[in-house]
Amino acid sequence: MEWWQDLTLIWTGIVAFAIVMYVLMDGFDLGLGILFPFAGRHEDRDVMMNSVAPVWDFNETWLILGGAGLFAAFPLAYAVILPALYLPLLAMLIALIFRGVAFEFRFKAKSSRYLWDASFHFGSLVATFAQGMALGAFIQGFTVENRSYVGGMFDWFSLFSLFTGVALVLGYALLGCGWLIWRTEGTLQAWAYKLSKPLFLGVIGFISLVSVWTPLANETIAARWFTWPNILYLSPVPILTVGLGLLFWRAINNRREVQPFLLSMGLFLLSFAGLAVSLWPNVIPPDISIWDAASPPETQEFLLVGMAFLIPTIVIYTIYSYYVFRGKITEDAGYH
Amino acid sequence: MDIDPLMLSRIQFAFTISFHILFPAFTIGLANWIMVLEGLWLRTGRDVYRRLSEFWTKIFAISFGMGVVSGIVMSYQFGTNWSRWSDITGNVLGPLIQYEVITAFFLEAAFLGILLFGRDKVPRGMHFFAALMVAMGTIISSFWILSSNSWLHTPAGFEIRDGRFFVTSWWEVVFNPSFPYRLAHMVTAAFLTTSFVIAGISAWYMLKGRFPEYTRINYPMAMGMIVVLAPLQILLGDLHGLKTMEMQPAKIAAMEGHWEGGAGAPLILFALPDMAAEENHYEIGIPYLSSLILTHELDGVVPGLKEFAPEDRPYMPIVFWTFRIMVGIGFLMLFVGAAYAFLRWRGRAFETRWLHWLSVAMTPAGFVAIIAGWFTTEIGRQPWMVQGLVRTADGVTPSLTAGGALTSLVTFMVTYALIFTAGTYYILRLLQLGPQPHRGETTKNARLDTGRPKRPLSATDEAIEPAE
Ligand code: HDD
Ligand code: HEM
Ligand code: HEM
Repeated sequence: MEWWQDLTLIWTGIVAFAIVMYVLMDGFDLGLGILFPFAGRHEDRDVMMNSVAPVWDFNETWLILGGAGLFAAFPLAYAVILPALYLPLLAMLIALIFRGVAFEFRFKAKSSRYLWDASFHFGSLVATFAQGMALGAFIQGFTVENRSYVGGMFDWFSLFSLFTGVALVLGYALLGCGWLIWRTEGTLQAWAYKLSKPLFLGVIGFISLVSVWTPLANETIAARWFTWPNILYLSPVPILTVGLGLLFWRAINNRREVQPFLLSMGLFLLSFAGLAVSLWPNVIPPDISIWDAASPPETQEFLLVGMAFLIPTIVIYTIYSYYVFRGKITEDAGYH
Repeated sequence: MDIDPLMLSRIQFAFTISFHILFPAFTIGLANWIMVLEGLWLRTGRDVYRRLSEFWTKIFAISFGMGVVSGIVMSYQFGTNWSRWSDITGNVLGPLIQYEVITAFFLEAAFLGILLFGRDKVPRGMHFFAALMVAMGTIISSFWILSSNSWLHTPAGFEIRDGRFFVTSWWEVVFNPSFPYRLAHMVTAAFLTTSFVIAGISAWYMLKGRFPEYTRINYPMAMGMIVVLAPLQILLGDLHGLKTMEMQPAKIAAMEGHWEGGAGAPLILFALPDMAAEENHYEIGIPYLSSLILTHELDGVVPGLKEFAPEDRPYMPIVFWTFRIMVGIGFLMLFVGAAYAFLRWRGRAFETRWLHWLSVAMTPAGFVAIIAGWFTTEIGRQPWMVQGLVRTADGVTPSLTAGGALTSLVTFMVTYALIFTAGTYYILRLLQLGPQPHRGETTKNARLDTGRPKRPLSATDEAIEPAE
């Protein structure tokens, strides 16, 4: 029994890792899609798309890993959360389809290119917004009876989830901005620098609001954060966030190229940590824990054997493929 | 038939997976084909191989992209529409699907970038290696997904506690009884499908007198595959069917159109099965042949659908006809292979126009056979979701409303129609353009000068649509 409980912790770590990787990796390329139509020049948009063309499929694979990981390690969570989020997930999937095919179709098209531009932008925007709303609905929790979701088709819709939807759009746009600062030069990079400050302020604003709103709306979460001595142990999360923000500001002012991207990722990691603290140990808020939803030990063990070798291998491919496509992306000599 | 969430979810599942499978059916074969071309180029250094590989890679990129986006839909659909099923079987099937993601999808995705965009960025050997990894990824993917699908047909290695499945032996789960047959049959089907597409397109170019230097290579390679694989596929299909008779007799009864079963059963060539009347109309059959095929004895005993309670019967008319479509195409493929082999032997394979027209006409044959085959397999399993243990009706998401299910179904249909049209259009444009002389090699020196290839943005590439 004890071994199994530890195993479940490991699996929680793995699923969390997959989700974080997804948010960070696909986050910046969705963010690029969100910013896409606002880039002034046609050539800049080509560069934006080229900068992620070789890696977007790989980034999206983390989304499948998250879904499949949930199915394998926490089947109950998979069976409750997905039906509860039926409509936002539908919107996300459809949006990802339009966005994904745009990569292949856009460069083939001439007279109809504007269609695939639109498909790339709106696909990224809708997918992000839907993910954000799903996140909000998740924090608010689901009604479960007899191992099934028993709420309605629209329970996910609330002011709070609209709010988290907008927050994620801004957040991904910030990641995309960081990526552009790192990987491009000239007018495009200058534009990204200009955009980064207002975006950053927006993101910080939303993070603070969500951080206040969540405990106000939920007593258990409030109790977790605001009781002694928790408040002491947990204080690094907000303090680090402020510190990171200051660093980010300085990095932009000093025209640093890599730091803004890394720091905006750090901001995401801290928000994620905050969320984990609020919800722990539930995988289906408000009250189904990771142990209640976990698959049995023989299932978890069987998978863990493979994961132990494969996750490091995957990390090596990731590094290799980003290494192959390193360097600034310019107009005359993009990829291909 | 009520329009309830169950029915709508079934239609949606069938629609989305049928759409999805069209792309793997083609990309599994094409990835391997590109790998062979890259290997030949690496070995011989002959420019023509590289040009061919670049040409097929463009087409591959489009269909792979569509395969990916439609596949992501599949992996979420289990949870959204079949949540009870996910909970009941998750302990068994979750890991198989997870293994597919970590062993196959990441491999494909990582090396796909290098295959499509990395030719000038990595050494030649590495580029070939990327092609090899993508090809391997498609086969590994088939391995896991077909294992999990086969388990639904022939479950093994489990026990049931509190209405859910728990694994007792992973080996038995993964290598469940129908899996080896299904894997062999499906992978061969994918290779055949791709071979017919390549042969058809090459034949079209020959009829138009275009690209002789390419078709001289493409056409015999594709036809050679067909000569070998078409008979092999019939043999594999026969073995597959024998296993099915042992494990899923009701499905075999539906495929064969037998109501009574028993000894010395005829092979029914044509019939209109009637579920309500429990009989066939306008039946035409060859006496004893069905028994001979299924038991290898003239008076062998075969199953009949009346042996099963009415609520346990698959819907015979569809299963019966899709099976005949698949087998019919299988024999047509055999004929094409034989005709080619004969003409090749007489030295006329490149001149015989009717063979080329036939090849063109057979271009989509593999896709049709694959869809027909899956319909036979999956509808033949009904009303079970896990053969004999879990009914499809018990797998559906309880909270799903008809309105919700209808919304998603209609949205998927519209979306798929749009992107399918666009994808087909771009693929056809690429085919019309044909293989292009590449610009890479010639600029090698230029590249050394600038440190970067001076080429337009393109691989999946240059616009192929006329500018306005
Ligand atoms: C791992 C699982 C798996 C895999 C690889 C496949 N299927 Fe399947 N299929 C199912 C798991 C499943 C299922 C979840 O068990 C369904 C959903 C509804 C049902 O009744 O069974 C099903 C139903 C189902 C139906 C509807 C049958 C009916 O409700 O009357 C069709 C037509 C197909 N499938 C077709 C396919 C095709 C074309 C596939 C090729 C890729 C395929 N299936 C692979
Ligand atoms: C219901 C079952 C299925 C599910 C849930 C499913 C899921 C997926 C997913 C999520 C992807 C995208 C992976 C990526 O990002 O690269 C994908 C692609 C793929 N699938 Fe499926 N799939 C199913 C059926 C099948 C079957 C039956 C086969 C083959 C025998 C197959 C073979 C492939 C291959 C080769 C790819 C790579 C992409 C491509 O070639 O287009 N899948 N599938
Ligand atoms: C004439 C020869 C053929 C025979 C006797 C045959 C036999 C079978 C049988 C018995 C099944 C159902 C097995 C089950 O559900 O348990 C099946 C399924 C299938 N067949 Fe065929 N087949 C033939 C030709 C083909 C061809 C030419 C293709 C495609 C190019 C094809 C593709 C498929 C596919 C994709 C399936 C579903 C997956 C599976 O169960 O393997 N078959 N076939």
